[in-house]
Amino acid sequence: MADLSINFAGIRAPNPFWLASAPPTNSGPQIHRAFEHGWGGAVWKTIGAPVLNISNRYGGLSLGGQRLLAINNVELISDRPLDVNLREIAEVKRMWPDRAVIVSAMVDADPKAWRDIVMMIEDTGADGIELNYGCPQGMSERGMGAAVGQVPEMCQLNTHWVTSVTKLPVIVKLTPNVTHITDPAHAALAGGANALSLINTINSIMRVDLDTLQITPNIGGRGTHGGYAGPAVKPIALNMLTELMTDAEVLRSGVPICGMGGIQTWRDAAEFLLLGATSLQVCTAAMHYGYRIVEDMIDGLSNWMDDKGFATIYDVAGRSLPQVSTFGQLDLSYQAVARINPDKCIQCNLCYVACNDTAHQCIDLYAEGGIRVDPGFDPRMNGKGVADTRPTPVVREPDCVGCALCVNVCPVDGCIEMVSVPSGRESVTWDQLTAQRPAVTQQWAAMEAYRDEAGIEIH
Amino acid sequence: MEPASPPSFAFQELLPPFTAHEAAVEANRCLYCYDAPCLQACPTHIDIPTFIRKISTGNLRGSARTILESNFLGGTCARVCPVQELCEGACVLGKDHTPIAIGRLQRYAVDHVQERGVQLFQPGTPTGLRVAVVGSGPAGISASAELAKLGHSVTLFERRELAGGLSTYGIIVLREPVEVAQREVEALKALGVTVTTQTELTDRAGLDLLLSEYDAVFLGLGLGAVPAMGIPGEAHILDGLGVIEASKVAPETLRLGERVVVIGAGNTAIDAATVARRAGADTLMVYRRTEHEMTAYRHEYEFALHEGIRFTFLTQPIEVVAEGGQVTGLKCVQMRLGAPDSSGRPRPEAVPGSEFVIPCDTVIKAIGQEKPALAVALGLELEGGYIRVDDTLATSLPRVYAGGDCVRVRGSASTVMAVQDGKIAAAAIHAALSMAVPEHGAAD
Ligand SMILES: Cc1cc2nc3c(=O)[nH]c(=O)nc-3n(C[C@H](O)[C@H](O)[C@H](O)COP(=O)(O)OP(=O)(O)OC[C@H]3O[C@@H](n4cnc5c(N)ncnc54)[C@H](O)[C@@H]3O)c2cc1C
Ligand SMILES: Cc1cc2nc3c(=O)[nH]c(=O)nc-3n(C[C@H](O)[C@H](O)[C@H](O)COP(=O)(O)O)c2cc1C
Ligand code: SF4
Ligand code: SF4
Ligand code: SF4
Repeated sequence: MADLSINFAGIRAPNPFWLASAPPTNSGPQIHRAFEHGWGGAVWKTIGAPVLNISNRYGGLSLGGQRLLAINNVELISDRPLDVNLREIAEVKRMWPDRAVIVSAMVDADPKAWRDIVMMIEDTGADGIELNYGCPQGMSERGMGAAVGQVPEMCQLNTHWVTSVTKLPVIVKLTPNVTHITDPAHAALAGGANALSLINTINSIMRVDLDTLQITPNIGGRGTHGGYAGPAVKPIALNMLTELMTDAEVLRSGVPICGMGGIQTWRDAAEFLLLGATSLQVCTAAMHYGYRIVEDMIDGLSNWMDDKGFATIYDVAGRSLPQVSTFGQLDLSYQAVARINPDKCIQCNLCYVACNDTAHQCIDLYAEGGIRVDPGFDPRMNGKGVADTRPTPVVREPDCVGCALCVNVCPVDGCIEMVSVPSGRESVTWDQLTAQRPAVTQQWAAMEAYRDEAGIEIH
Repeated sequence: MEPASPPSFAFQELLPPFTAHEAAVEANRCLYCYDAPCLQACPTHIDIPTFIRKISTGNLRGSARTILESNFLGGTCARVCPVQELCEGACVLGKDHTPIAIGRLQRYAVDHVQERGVQLFQPGTPTGLRVAVVGSGPAGISASAELAKLGHSVTLFERRELAGGLSTYGIIVLREPVEVAQREVEALKALGVTVTTQTELTDRAGLDLLLSEYDAVFLGLGLGAVPAMGIPGEAHILDGLGVIEASKVAPETLRLGERVVVIGAGNTAIDAATVARRAGADTLMVYRRTEHEMTAYRHEYEFALHEGIRFTFLTQPIEVVAEGGQVTGLKCVQMRLGAPDSSGRPRPEAVPGSEFVIPCDTVIKAIGQEKPALAVALGLELEGGYIRVDDTLATSLPRVYAGGDCVRVRGSASTVMAVQDGKIAAAAIHAALSMAVPEHGAAD
């Protein structure tokens, strides 16, 4: 059995699955229940300045009948009185000494305000503090949240105010609403952060209602931008995590990173771990299905680690980072072509139309007996037998550029494979090529000359 | 003995309509195949992937239009088509799991507009040409609709009280209620087609009259009554089509006993037996060959078994036994399979001395329909008893076209094939009329 326990910047937890600071961590009774279900930790719903929340708060993204691929929220931080939150935090920590209890906080950009709240948090016995520099709506207009996270100087200063007064580990939670995620990360490190977490929600307008013509969510006839989270944001979160994990300054600091943004299953979790996260947070998936989802997260991750021979989370962490590269370092001579397995093919012809209309026209249809045919049919051939006389798609491999569009549209798992084929060319990267022959980046004639020499034919 | 009376739920449409959610989930399952096999397998070539996609995007009016453009009787076909043999049978998802429920999705989209009385089509720019259509079954309605859309002035003649042919009178309510067929008739009227019921074409003089008043005539006559069995006691046998008709248009008049025997094993026989069963009768079907030679679709047979209908095979009725005008049994003889006949099926032979009586109080025959008798009187060339037509559905008489069951010399007849015939004939009539200025001067 794999050991899922972690020690994240000194914060210990029996497993890396923490509830993110959000509605799932709004109160003591909720977190009791969550811990009973097995969550390894919880980041308390952000506490701080007095606020009033409005209704309604969430817009949902549905696609093709799939509900809640993302939530967009116009919620603020906790609207429960500070002393109530603090009392409940203390109670929870007392009852669950082995779980990670982290308090998310956000106050005005003022050293005194930060000092006061830090003291209060320390008194609860919580294991750590997370600085919310993320909220893209409501709080940012008041100079908090993303207003801090988006300005590196502010980020550094505010972080410093906290780290200089607390003994607790300080996690800085980054907003994705920036051009380069490394800028606020560097600022947080300069401010003394002990760890980073990302991503907070992405600025968004979820939807316009076609019946009412109102922006959704509709708040008394008005709408506003809100924070976007859930399965749909995972690729963005993975990229930002990777940017941090491949950044020299972040690596030198050695701070651990807590990953979140679209984690719905243990599989998503494993991907975040493989790209370097060592603890994880979940919000939308828990809002969709409840706390019970953690059971499969723990079980599935543990079984997968056993299968792969990973004993601890730290054996998994960062395993896929060596594959991360830049475009300039990719091998221009690598050649893959699509190959269709006729035994698996159900002849939906989606690969055919995708390749023919929008890629490189290299899939042909073959009828029984090896005759190439065009799409279309003889209307006299009604009824039965159509399924047996369907033409089968076949890739004309010499013309296939290996774009992989067909693989992505094929509805049958493993039916089309991208197979590596020898290109007959010596391996060369763009960086190498342009260093050797700078002219290829400037003149089409030079580029064509190189292509001729290398035997690269473009259709 | 009290006649069994049907419980109220017995004669209602079997499958409930899809809810919006069910339709959305099912529509989203469709792959939107290119050059799709389902479209090819539908005899009317409805653009199925497109209509399903429109359901998935919530464009129900557009979806219905896509369906009805290819098949004016999309509402009927959605209910009665043997989809397992046609569109759904060809769906690529049937290869390893469940095909898309194309029929039920089609019904969902078409019902959406027809229940709201939305008319999607307009009559075409008037051409001044006139076409008479005889018979208001699927073939006649389809031909009429297509011709009206092309701007021709169409009059549809029907001998019965209600238009719709077998959709109205012959298809059990479990599959299609009368209202659905009537909505299609209404849609036809909205296209400007004059529907004249209780008017029968009876002889050559009538046809000649039509030809003098109209530029072309389309015959969608369907087939005749259930043929006679030619056995003693025949007068006591009920006609399966009549039983079905009563269950549809006048269920209160349906008088069946407690023990019903249905002779035949085709789809019509199963329908008649279903009506008897739903009316509460203990129902037995007798067929002279075996399960393997039955003409009913496999799914129909399984449906019948599920309904609790019993079967006895290799059994040939030879006499209806009656006492004082009341049926008491059906005398039968045991059969065995002999050498194959011309249809390739083994010929059943009577086992000597094996007579026995099945006690019952009602006997229904459903052994097919008679060939179109009127065709002879009209002086049309026949083929195997059906009206002979060419690829364009032109008959041996100039300006006379025919389609539907009355020309279905090969293969099993079905509604969707009749609809396609109507389209083919309408296109041929239109082409012919557009080419030739009519000689008789009925139009100027
Ligand atoms: C019991 C039964 C169940 C069936 N179930 C199915 C099913 O589930 N699915 C399926 O696809 N098919 C089914 N069929 C077959 C289907 O109903 C027919 O193939 C289809 O109705 C044929 O259409 P049609 O227009 O050719 O003829 P019909 O529907 O028979 O219509 C012919 C019309 O012409 C009228 N007519 C005839 N002669 C004259 C005249 N001289 N003057 C004026 N009017 C005239 C008739 O009154 C009738 O209204 C079933 C058939 C039967 C008998
Ligand atoms: C309704 C809602 C409220 C949130 N409130 C907060 C908050 O108060 N503080 C905070 O740091 N993040 C907040 N978040 C962001 C989440 O903590 C988390 O960063 C984000 O949802 C991405 O994770 P997910 O994809 O698992 O939901 C909120 C998110 C949602 C959906
Ligand atoms: S997309 Fe896949 S299943 Fe469909 S035709 Fe192409 S190879 Fe076959
Ligand atoms: S008309 Fe019949 S065969 Fe054609 S798609 Fe509809 S249900 Fe299927
Ligand atoms: S074959 Fe099936 S999956 Fe493909 S378009 Fe037709 S209904 Fe959809």
